[in-house]
Order: sequence, then structure tokens, then C-alpha cells
Amino acid sequence: MSAGTAKLNVTVAEVKPINDLVTRFKFVRTGGGDLPTFSGGAHTVVEMQDGDITRLNAYSLMSNPADRGAYTISVRRDDQGRGGSKFMHTRVIEGMEMVISNPVNLFSLDLRAKKHLMLAGGIGITPFMAQMHQLSMMDGHFELHYSVRTASLGTYAKELSERYPGKVHIYHDDQNEAIDLKTLLANQPLGTHVYVCGPKGMIEWVHGTAEAMGWPREAVHSEEFLAPASGKPFEVKCAVSNKIVQVGEHQSLLEALEAAGIDAPYLCRGGACGQCETNVIGYDGKFLHYDHWLTDEQKAGGKHIMPCVSRFEGKTLVLDR
Amino acid sequence: MSKTEFPPSIKSRPVYGELEPRAGSGHLMIADAEGAEAILGLAKSVDPGFWAKTHIIYIPKKTGTKYSSQLEQLGAGQYYCGPSYEAAQSRIRRALQNCHMGTQVYLTGTESLMGQAMHEAVTAGIPHTAIQTEHRGSTARRMQCVHCKGITEDVTTDPFECSHCGLSLFVRDHYSRRIAAFQGVRVDAEDPGNIPEKVELFK
Amino acid sequence: MTIQFNDETFRGDFTFRNSEWAIKRFPFPFHEDSYMYSVNMEPHTSYRPGSVFERTFDVDEHYVSEMKDRAQVLADDPLRCQSLPHMTLAGWDLVELIMEAKAREYPDLFELHKNGNRWRWVNKPLGIDDTFTFLDESTLPYGPMEYITRQTQGDFALLDQRDDNLWMDAGMVTTQADWSLDFDIGMNFFEWHAPVPKAHEMGIFVRALKFLLNIQQGQPARRLNWTMTVNPLLDTSPENYHKWGEMKQDLTLENMGSKQHLRVELQTFFRLPRSNALVFPIRCYLISFGDLVTVPKWGRRLHRVIRDLPEELATYKGFIDNRPMMVEWLSQYDDGSPTSDGIWPDDD
Repeated sequence: MSAGTAKLNVTVAEVKPINDLVTRFKFVRTGGGDLPTFSGGAHTVVEMQDGDITRLNAYSLMSNPADRGAYTISVRRDDQGRGGSKFMHTRVIEGMEMVISNPVNLFSLDLRAKKHLMLAGGIGITPFMAQMHQLSMMDGHFELHYSVRTASLGTYAKELSERYPGKVHIYHDDQNEAIDLKTLLANQPLGTHVYVCGPKGMIEWVHGTAEAMGWPREAVHSEEFLAPASGKPFEVKCAVSNKIVQVGEHQSLLEALEAAGIDAPYLCRGGACGQCETNVIGYDGKFLHYDHWLTDEQKAGGKHIMPCVSRFEGKTLVLDR
Repeated sequence: MSKTEFPPSIKSRPVYGELEPRAGSGHLMIADAEGAEAILGLAKSVDPGFWAKTHIIYIPKKTGTKYSSQLEQLGAGQYYCGPSYEAAQSRIRRALQNCHMGTQVYLTGTESLMGQAMHEAVTAGIPHTAIQTEHRGSTARRMQCVHCKGITEDVTTDPFECSHCGLSLFVRDHYSRRIAAFQGVRVDAEDPGNIPEKVELFK
Repeated sequence: MTIQFNDETFRGDFTFRNSEWAIKRFPFPFHEDSYMYSVNMEPHTSYRPGSVFERTFDVDEHYVSEMKDRAQVLADDPLRCQSLPHMTLAGWDLVELIMEAKAREYPDLFELHKNGNRWRWVNKPLGIDDTFTFLDESTLPYGPMEYITRQTQGDFALLDQRDDNLWMDAGMVTTQADWSLDFDIGMNFFEWHAPVPKAHEMGIFVRALKFLLNIQQGQPARRLNWTMTVNPLLDTSPENYHKWGEMKQDLTLENMGSKQHLRVELQTFFRLPRSNALVFPIRCYLISFGDLVTVPKWGRRLHRVIRDLPEELATYKGFIDNRPMMVEWLSQYDDGSPTSDGIWPDDD
């Protein structure tokens, strides 16, 4: 399979700041026409032409999946990040043409669930917005618990409370409000599935608490987009394409391969989907594995690397690309 | 007593483990016949408080009273001893209605009992992989005739006669969790009347 | 091009026939002179005008008669079509996928007119003109999957994706290679393939599953699979095995050319947008040995493949007893000369 998914040519129809950190972007199909339907929890990969650099960031689709007229995403500005969110905030304007991927869902609802219990932290609210649209159309049983820093940074908290009265519970950090997870998890009927999207710590907290309370692993779902970590530059030899590639400090290995014109598949670009898994032919040094895909054994084995998020420090690294 | 050893088989055939106490808001144990031994074995390693949150549903079958009083003495919050799976079924469904996520389900005894009880627990919303099982006692199989769809219980020979349509069926290892049965297929379909000698494969 | 639909049967008197056109476009599954399992997936893109790979859902001269046969199978045994409750949305996805593709690719045969969620569907070959509300089950005579697959050739399995696996949670299965939907429904990818010999040990299913889990919207894939059937029987189900199994005994060297059929499955895989499920259409094409050997390359190659096939595979595919006779008959059409790579006839 060739790299990534089918592409969509879109035009930015609206850029709307939501609060100090978050801006919402609306895309319509360039030249008109419907966009593909999607399922709640899906993301799209947005391509950004930042000078010579092509940045590819995944963002959850938050609009109503049944609305084929437009897609919307929300982007939280991360000034310490590698520049993708900053590009979206500072360079993307209404009327601009962009390329995004077909929707991909790595965080889909389990449609067998008798109840969907959603736990969101901060910008992690976005996939749930599409899922709640979908569930309310299907008369699905859901409940959202949403943790925000402050009321003013509570992205969409007010409108969600209004749209789904009685189903949305907001917790403000600055008022010392917190989700009472143990009580919440203790009282769920059989057939409940819990979904969490938010900071890494929150995801680990939910998985850990649920496990300790005897919840089945299959009933706990999470999505975390890892941003590729920065790190020391390193050099890679690609055996198939016979190229030597330099990976920069703020560049991922996957981005470096792409910049060198090497065919490298991907879907999530966040260490979760497994699509970019690459065989290691030889190495002398140390892997910095940051992905959720490889098992601990594989990480220790030195035979595989996930170039979307993981890095390398050492003398030589030879890949099967 | 160690768990039953089954010969290597195909991927649809269930694999059973050994029951172990797990953290949970409550415990539902369903057993038949020698399955009682697995519960009594597990009893050696649990805290005294464990039983108060436990509901035991036991069908002694041919073992009569051999285990029932020992099970009763464990002091489970609820204890039921009934004459057959069919008789216990509505109680099992009712018990599952009261459960919350985090309840642990333990099934032990024959494949027929475990399969049918697992179907109830899965229908109630527990993933099958989260349900513990331990085989004890008879290895007789619960078979579905692929032709007439009838279920024949306690099959010990291959081939066997379907108790509904009467065809001679060979015993496959292909297993359906939804039906809680192995598949039986007419043994002489390509050569009617040519029925091989019965072999006792299961006890 | 308007297709001339055959009036033929796949049971009883077995009047099924392939025209010259159907023979030429038959999806011969062997690209070389031997066969072993592989994850032989390729993108399901339009390829070779006139071939079965040209359209998203191929419609051919057998369409109307195949749909009649399906209706008969369902009347006799409604359990051949089942959908677990959570798969209804995937059924609607399938309605949309098939209707849009057929109306686009066969405008002379099918029409789809949309007015918001109010859809009008015209199927001229089957004489259907229905108006319904998309996503409202009460406006269709059957569930959505059953409705559209009573009008589409091939079996259909709807696979729910969860826990890094695929679950066969719905299907329309009346033209199967000896497997039971009623038994297999609810199983995961490894479980419903459990009876297949060798392939598990070869790691085929692990690799295939990984590929399928990553199939994306707008990027369908396909592969070919095959088996053997005596008489052009579509419904080779385990349910009816006691009725068709004995037909294998009727095979002789004299009737081999007309009775023995190569059965090829064109399997395709599409990601469905609303449900995130996969649909797995399994389209069955039959060709008699007599028709097949009219393409000299196919006759030579089939002889070599069947002769050299590992015993376990011939057993699993159900023709181990008849193999010696099949090889003897086919050997007449193998002069030992080399065959070209690929599946297509040489004179093309």
C-alpha cells in the first residue's frame, strides 16, 4: 500500500478563535461537493506547507458525521511543540486551499455498548463531539464527564451542556472540581464502555483505576495523539532505497524519510496504529521508543521501530526502507 | 487436581484456564458437577471478606451431594443449588441484571455449562475474554447439528446420532460461542449409508 | 453495453451456462503453475475494461438468475441472512455503497435519486422501484443489508472492527464454499478461519488481519480465492451438505467437462464510513472444465496446479477423492509447453 490514505482537497471556510488557546477550522471541498461521511472518533491528517517543510498533523473531526458539507477541527496552540499547531494558528486563513486525508478512525465507538461513558480532558473533547452527534441521532445512551482548567478555557463546555442537558458534567480545575472516577466506575451497568481522551496522565489514571476495579480491558478505550518528540539529530541508512537520511532535531524519522522521497506508509502519525512499523536491519546505539504499538519485547529486541514518533541515538542505524 | 488436558486444536475451540480470585465489585460463580472442586480450590486463596460479595450457582448433576454441603459452607452471600442448567437459567439472567461493571464471573465444570453461562454473561455485556473458566469433570460435548440446527447434549462418541433429525454426524472441533456448541456434520454425506464405527472420544 | 441476462438454474436441471463473453472475462485465479496460500491483496481499482475487475460491484449475465436462486435459498432457510443488532448502521452503509456504485457504473440498469434522506432506487433488471428514507428501517421491506444484498450478486459478510480484530457480526451467505453463517456469526477473524489447514501456521491470517484492519475509506482491496464444485451449484452450504455431497460421486471421465466446475471467489474489502465496519463481499464465479480448457493456457495451468496441490489443501477444498480423475482428464489439455505469467489468456 502506498503512503497514507486518499487525499481530499479542501478550502478553509472559517477560522474562529474559541478561547485563548483553541481555534476552530472549518473545511469545505474545494470546488464544491460532498465530503465523505465518517464515524465519530475519526481524525484527519492535515498537510501544512511550512516553507520547505511539510508538516502532517492528525486532528479529530468534531463536526456532525452526517454533515457532508463541511468538516471542523479544533487546534490547541502548543508553543513548545514542533510548529504544527503554531502554523495552524498563525498562518491558516479563510479561503486558503489545503490538503487533508480521508477520515481514519482509531477511536471508534463500540456499537454493542449498552451505555457509553465518555471522559474528556481539555482539547481531548473533540472526538467526543462527533461521537455525541452520532449517538444522539441513533438514540444512543451516553454520558460525558469533561474536565477543564477554567471556565474560560472550557472549550465548548457551555454549548455541550446546553445541547445535551443532563448528560454533560463539567469539572473546573481552578475550583478544585474533579471527576470522582471510583464512584463513577463502580455504578455502571453491565455493557457500559468507557472512553477517555485527554492528557497522558488522565488516560493512565482511567486505565489503571478501571483495571484495579475489575473492569475488562476491552471495555476501556482511549486515544492519545503523541506529538513526535524532539531530540538529538541522527543519521539513518535506508537499505532498500540506498539513501542516507539525516533526521533533524525537531523532525521525526518519518518526516525525514518522506523529505528524502522514501515511500513510508502511515495512518495516525502518533505511534498508535502500527502502519509505519519498519524493520531494523542493523544498529549500533540506543533506540528511544515512544510508541504504543510495539510490545516491550519488540522494543527490547532492536528489530523494529515506529518512525512516526521514535528516535535513535548512536553510531549507525540501517532500516529496511 | 490439575485442569483437564485437551489435545491441540483449532483456533475456534475454547481454551480453559484455572480460576483465580480477581478484584471486583462482586463475584458470580456458576458451576456444575466436578466444577465444585475448582471453587473449593480457589477458596483456599481468598480473603474471608470475599464470600460476602459472592453468588454461587451450582448444578451437582451426577455428583449428588458430594460437594454441595462444602460449597454451602463457604458462606457465600447467595448460594443456590439446582437440578439442571435449564432450571437455573432464569436465575442466572436475573443475577446478571443486578451486576455492575467490575463484577467477576467464574465458570467451571463441563463445557456445556460454561458455554451456555458464558453466552448469558456476554449477552449481559461482559466481554468473553474477561470471563474466567476452568474445565472439570466430563469432556462430553454439546453439539449442534448443522443440518437441522438441533442441539444434542452429552455427546461422547464420534460419530453420533443427532437427537433431533437422526442423521449420523461427525464431531468437529469448530465451536460457536453464540450457540455454545461444537459443530456436527453428516458423516456419510458423500457416500450415504457408509457410516464408520463409533469411537468413544469423550467421557 | 446492455447485458443480456440468462434465464438459468443453479439447482435441479442445472441449466447454468457461460457465454463466450463470460468465459473470456472469467477471473482465472492462478498466476503461475502452482498454488499456495498467500496474502494476495491488491487495491480494488478499476482495471482491464470488460473484466470482472472493472466495476466496484460486477454485474454479469447471471445476475437475475442468481438473485432468483438467492430468494429460493432464503425462503428455504432464513438463517442464511442474519445481522446482530449493532450492525444495522453498517447495513445502511452498505446500502449507500452499493446503490451509489451501481447507479454510477451501470446507469442503464440502476438509478438512485436522492432528495435529502428520501431516496428512490430503481433496479431495472429486477423490476424494483422503491422510495425509502435513508437510516429509517421502517421504510424498507427488509433490514438494510438484506434489502440490498437480495439485489447484489455474491455473499456479504459485515465485519465489526474492535479490540484489534474483525468480528463477523452480520452476513448474507447463500453461495458459500461450505461454511455456515449461522454457526460462524459472532466469531472473530481467527475463529471463523479456524478450520482452514496450514495457513495459521504460515502466519497468513495474522498478516491478512493486519492488512484488513488498516483498510481505509475510499481505498478498497481485493483478492481471489478458489475451490471446486460438482455441478454449477451456488448453494454449497454445510446446511445442505447431505443433499449435495453425494453429487461428487456422479463424476466420471466422460462427464468431467460439463459437470466439474472451478469455483472462484472475487473477495473485496471496503471500509464503511458511519459504522467503521468492513464489508467483505465474496462474489462467486463458476466455470465448467469444458469451457475453461477452451483457453489453452488455463487448461495447461489448471492441470499442473491440481496435480501438484498439497494433499491437505485438496482435502480441505473437498476434491481429494476425485483428484486423480480430474488430473487425468486435464492432462489431455497439457502439452507440457510453458505458460506465460499472470492470469489472462495469451491471445488477449
